Amino acid sequence: MLKLVNVNKIFHPGGVNEKVALKEVTLQVQPGEVVTIIGSNGAGKSTLLNVVAGVYGVEGGKVILDNQEISHYPEHFRAAWIGRVFQDPLQGTAASMTLEENLTLALRRGHPRRLRWGITSAERRLFKQNLALLGLGLEERLAARVGLLSGGQRQALTVLMATIATPKLLLLDEHTAALDPRTAATVMDLTEKIIAQHRLTTLMVTHNLEQALRAGSRTIMMHEGKIILDLHGSERERTTVAQLLNMFERASGNSLVNDRVLLS
Amino acid sequence: MSLGIWLGSLEQGLLWGAMVLGVYITFRVLDYPDLTVDGAFTLGAAVAAHYILLGGNPWVAVVIALFSGAAAGLITGLLHTGLKVAPLLSGILTMIALYSINLRIMGQANLSLLRVKTIFNQVLNIPQLDTFGPVILGLLVTLVVVSLLYLFLQTELGMSVRATGNNEQMIRSLGVNTSTMKLVGLATGNALVALSGGLVAQYQGFADIGMGIGMIVAGLASVIIGEALVGNQTLIRAIIAAIVGSIVYRAVISLVLQLGLPATDLKLLTSLIVVVALSFPLVRQRLGLRSLRLRSEQNAEASQREQNLSSRRG
Ligand SMILES: Nc1ncnc2c1ncn2[C@@H]1O[C@H](COP(=O)(O)OP(=O)(O)OP(=O)(O)O)[C@@H](O)[C@H]1O
Ligand SMILES: [Mg+2]
Repeated sequence: MLKLVNVNKIFHPGGVNEKVALKEVTLQVQPGEVVTIIGSNGAGKSTLLNVVAGVYGVEGGKVILDNQEISHYPEHFRAAWIGRVFQDPLQGTAASMTLEENLTLALRRGHPRRLRWGITSAERRLFKQNLALLGLGLEERLAARVGLLSGGQRQALTVLMATIATPKLLLLDEHTAALDPRTAATVMDLTEKIIAQHRLTTLMVTHNLEQALRAGSRTIMMHEGKIILDLHGSERERTTVAQLLNMFERASGNSLVNDRVLLS
Repeated sequence: MSLGIWLGSLEQGLLWGAMVLGVYITFRVLDYPDLTVDGAFTLGAAVAAHYILLGGNPWVAVVIALFSGAAAGLITGLLHTGLKVAPLLSGILTMIALYSINLRIMGQANLSLLRVKTIFNQVLNIPQLDTFGPVILGLLVTLVVVSLLYLFLQTELGMSVRATGNNEQMIRSLGVNTSTMKLVGLATGNALVALSGGLVAQYQGFADIGMGIGMIVAGLASVIIGEALVGNQTLIRAIIAAIVGSIVYRAVISLVLQLGLPATDLKLLTSLIVVVALSFPLVRQRLGLRSLRLRSEQNAEASQREQNLSSRRG
């Protein structure tokens, strides 16, 4: 499904601030696979997702989605196949537009935007159904501005927006990190439900090691722009959070404990 | 104040209303500090006057003005999206270039329309309608423009333009080419501005090379007044606010002139209105007008948000 071959990402190449954020990263993700990504601050997790989404071009290597090389397509072009949820709840929605407008924009992902009437009544019904599944009462607030919603509500909405036009690939970058624990759990449940329902191929960055092992079917660990650990199958099932920490320390020669990785 | 003056403010507010809507589109909807406006307004007036003096139909002249404005907006947009010129500079470049172009179109600094057929002297000839002719015309045009704009902003394309001004990162991740949307927004905004120029030239009976000077600030003042009075909670409210703001602004100007302020001080007054309005943090926050504020201020806000995020994360 998704294949990265020797991908290099260098910020400010040749300058004093040169920063190699991804080093020869190779990764192959099977259709329907849900990969959780962990690693210390600055490891390159967000950069990896951004390179897949096309926010940044690559300085070497290939990004291949569904047997098609997409390395040179601009972000808005790749967006036809890729759904994204960002860490900041404010980043995934347009605050001054209404819920139904936001959802309509999301539903049109992958389609040209024409001089055609924005929202049909059939679409409004679809939005209501989908919003009702969130269990937040948002189905009654289609005409409310998104700016009036809480962070958790906005993030739940963003998850729905990223998946309402079913993507080939879903990218989640610590999308519950900015929420309080209870809301985070709700949004996470919802995310897992939607992923299962559509069998979405997913890359999910998280700082929660327990979650990284529990959710999905595979866990990769990054450090200094490289994938240093790739766990799946029974090996992954047997791994505990403590072991994961150990593996990180051995592989990187660093201690994760000082980092902001959450142990619980 | 006499009825005539109120009527005059109403007429002017309506005819300049399309210009205010244009400023609303670029500054508020697209969040783009577009200074093309001063040039585009005169461009609309120049094109319309020239066409009418050639014997053209005054209504067709208005339509041609509209398209000329769209072209000007496109050029500003291409400077920004294609050549990566900063938004402010892109508008300034077009505005300055338009000064020469407008002079070429007019052939002289001032074109009189007193002896030719305009949309206004056409209606003025209808008996019983004479006094209210311009107001009725203004209302009609405003109604058409407001309705079309309201519909446009709810189409797929219009929504994408709004989302581009609201959250560029988000709408790009939803598959929209934001460069194209900026072009569409700038073309639409300046089309409205030039349309207004074409109407005003016919209303005043002349096109003048200097008539667009300060238009951007007048437009901003009107938008601010309108949003303070009417609010911007919904799309239709924000659009109506622009028109109401335009009318109130013209009324304030007439009032001040009545009180004896020399007309030459008007630009100073208009600037002051905007400065005073923007100096209220609350007003500034509510009105957004992000594109008017310093980057550093926006960055401070963003990092404040970051901090909130990380502190919540514990
Ligand atoms: N736009 C950019 N310009 C320059 N350097 C960047 C840019 N984005 C990321 N970097 C650098 O690349 C490296 C990887 O950053 P990245 O954001 O991918 O880390 P991360 O693993 O997501 O970390 P975190 O857990 O803090 O989110 C860091 O050193 C960062 O400073
Ligand atoms: Mg990150």
